Amino acid sequence: MPQADGGSESVTTVRRGERGTSNRAHYRAALLGVAGIALAASAWELYKAFGPQAGVTVGQTIVLPRANDGVMPHIWQMFTEFGKPVTAGTGSQTIGGAVLAATWFTLRLAGTGWIVGVIIGFALAMLMTRSRVAEAAALPWVVVSQTVPLIAIAPLLAGWGQYLHVGSWQWGLPQSVMVISAYLAFYPMSIGALKGLTSPDVYQLELMHVYGIGWWRTFLRLRLPAAVPYLLPALRLAATMAVVGAVVGETSVDLQGGVGYLIISFQQTAGLSDAARAWPPIIGAMVDGLIAAGVVALIGVLLRRYRRGENA
Amino acid sequence: MTAVALSGVERIFRTGKGRQVVALEAIDLTVGEGEFVSLIGPSGCGKSTLLRQIADLDSPTSGTVSVFGKTARQARLDHDYGIAFQQAGLLPWRTVAANISLPLQLHGVEKATAAARVEQLLEMVGLSDFAKSFPDQLSGGMQQRVAIARALAEQPKLLLMDEPFGALDEITRERMQSELVRICQESGAAVVFVTHSIPEAVFLSDRVVVMSPRPGRIVGIVSTTPVAGVERGEAYRDDESFFHGVQEVRHLLHSGHATDGPRGEGAR
Ligand SMILES: Nc1ncnc2c1ncn2[C@@H]1O[C@H](COP(=O)(O)OP(=O)(O)O)[C@@H](O)[C@H]1O
Ligand SMILES: [Mg+2]
Repeated sequence: MPQADGGSESVTTVRRGERGTSNRAHYRAALLGVAGIALAASAWELYKAFGPQAGVTVGQTIVLPRANDGVMPHIWQMFTEFGKPVTAGTGSQTIGGAVLAATWFTLRLAGTGWIVGVIIGFALAMLMTRSRVAEAAALPWVVVSQTVPLIAIAPLLAGWGQYLHVGSWQWGLPQSVMVISAYLAFYPMSIGALKGLTSPDVYQLELMHVYGIGWWRTFLRLRLPAAVPYLLPALRLAATMAVVGAVVGETSVDLQGGVGYLIISFQQTAGLSDAARAWPPIIGAMVDGLIAAGVVALIGVLLRRYRRGENA
Repeated sequence: MTAVALSGVERIFRTGKGRQVVALEAIDLTVGEGEFVSLIGPSGCGKSTLLRQIADLDSPTSGTVSVFGKTARQARLDHDYGIAFQQAGLLPWRTVAANISLPLQLHGVEKATAAARVEQLLEMVGLSDFAKSFPDQLSGGMQQRVAIARALAEQPKLLLMDEPFGALDEITRERMQSELVRICQESGAAVVFVTHSIPEAVFLSDRVVVMSPRPGRIVGIVSTTPVAGVERGEAYRDDESFFHGVQEVRHLLHSGHATDGPRGEGAR
C-alpha cells in the first residue's frame, strides 16, 4: 500500500512479515488450532456424558445419535486401542503397528497420485494459458471430470488394468488406486494453476512483449513466479484430495494394506463391545492428510520470496 | 533524424456486430530527437492508442509509424525505447535493484555492467538506499520512480510514458515532474508523454499535442518552450509564459470539443 511519499529519507518502510509480528501470529494460530481440537474433543465427551443413551428418533429418522459406549467411545479409548493386538492369538501384531504400516502404505499411494495429478493438472493449466482455444476446449471437460462418481471409475480402472502389462510387469490394484488419487488431485491443481498463470496484469505482460522475449521466457520470468501464491493452495488441496482418493480408492477396488482397507475391516470386526477399534485407522488417514498438508507448507516456506503481498 | 514520425495514422477498433470505434484518425506527428512532447485530451480521445502505435503494442489500421527511421516493430526489438505506464507494473518478488535490471538481464547484459548501470539509475531516481527493498515496501511515488529507472535502463533515446503520475497525489506529482525534467536533461532522451493534466503537460513539454475524441484526432499543437532566460524549474510554474501556455492549451481543448461533430461511433 502506498504510504506518504518522499524523495527524502523521511520515508518509513513497512516490512511485512518481519520476525516480531509473524512469530506472534504463528503462536496465535497454533494456540487457536489446539483450542479448536480441545473444543471438538470436549463437545464429543460432553455429548457422551449427557446425551441420550438410546438417541432420539422421530419416526424412522435418527435426530440425535446414541451416546452409549457402543457408538461413541471415549476419546482416550481411541488411543489406548493402538496398543492392543489385532487378533486374539499370541504373537499378533498390535493395532498400532498395523495402522502405522497401513498409513505408510497409503501415504506412498497418495504421494504418487499427488505427483502425477499435479503434473497433469499443471500441464493442462499451461496449455490453457497458452491458447484460448485450448482453454475453451479443455476447461469444461476438466470441470465435468469431477462430476463422474468415483464408484463408477474404480471398477472400470481395475477392469482395464487386467489387460495392461509390460514384460513381467502387470498393472495391479495399487496402480488403479494411484490413478484415482491422481484423478482427484489434478482438478484443484489445474484450476488453481490456471488462475495463477493468468494472474499477471496487462502492464506486466505488455512489458514482456516490449522486451521482445517469447512465450517461454515470459512464462518462466513472469507467469510462473506470479502464480506461486495460487499454486500453494492448489497444491495443498491437491494433496488432501490425493489422500482422500487413495483411502476411498483402496476400499472401492478392494486393495489390502492401506488405511482405507483397515477402516472397513476394523469397523466390521469392532462390534458393539469395542467401538473404539474403528478409530485408529481413521486417525492414520488423518495423519496422512496432515503429512500431505505439512509437505506443502514446507514448499510454501521455500518459496516465500514469491509470496510477497499475498496477505497485503 | 527524428525520433518518431507518424503519418496518416488511423486506428479503427471493431467492437463486434458491425460497430466500430475510430480511436485515431489522420494522425500526423513528428517528435524530434531529445524533444519532450505531451499528448493531452479528454479520456477516450486515443492518447494511449497513439502511444501504443509507437510502442508496437498495437498496429494502425492504415498509415505509417516510424521510430528512428525504422518500423515500430524493429525499434522495439532493437530496444530503442523505454516505456512506463500508469501502474508501475513491478515484479513483487524482485528487489528494487532486480526490477530495474530486468531488461538488462533479459537482454543478456553482463552482470557487472548491469550492476553498475543499476547503481547509476538508483542514484538518478534517488532510491540508492532502497536497492534491496521490495516493491511492497515502497510508496506509490517511489514505485513509479523504479518504473522510470527501469524504462531508462538501456539508455534509450526515446521514452514513452502513459500517465505515469496519474495515480499520484498532487504534491508527489509536482516533485516527480521536476525530477523527470532533470532526468530527461541528463539522459537526453526524447519523450512522448500522455497526460490529462494541463499544467503537467505545459510544465514538462516542448510541445503539447491537443487531441479530441470521436474520432480521436489532433486539434492543434502548442509550443510550450519557456522563453529565453526562464529555466524549467519550480520558478517556471509561477512564470507568465507558463500561464500563457496553460491558457492556450485550455482554449484549444475546449474549442476542440466545440467543433467536435457527431462522427464515428460512441465508445463502449
Ligand atoms: N482494444 C480496444 N478495443 C476496442 N476499443 C478500444 C480498444 N482500445 C481502445 N479502445 C477505444 O479507443 C478509444 C481511445 O482509447 P484510449 O486510447 O485508451 O483513450 P485515452 O488513452 O485517450 O483515454 C476509446 O473509445 C476506447 O474505448
Ligand atoms: Mg489512456
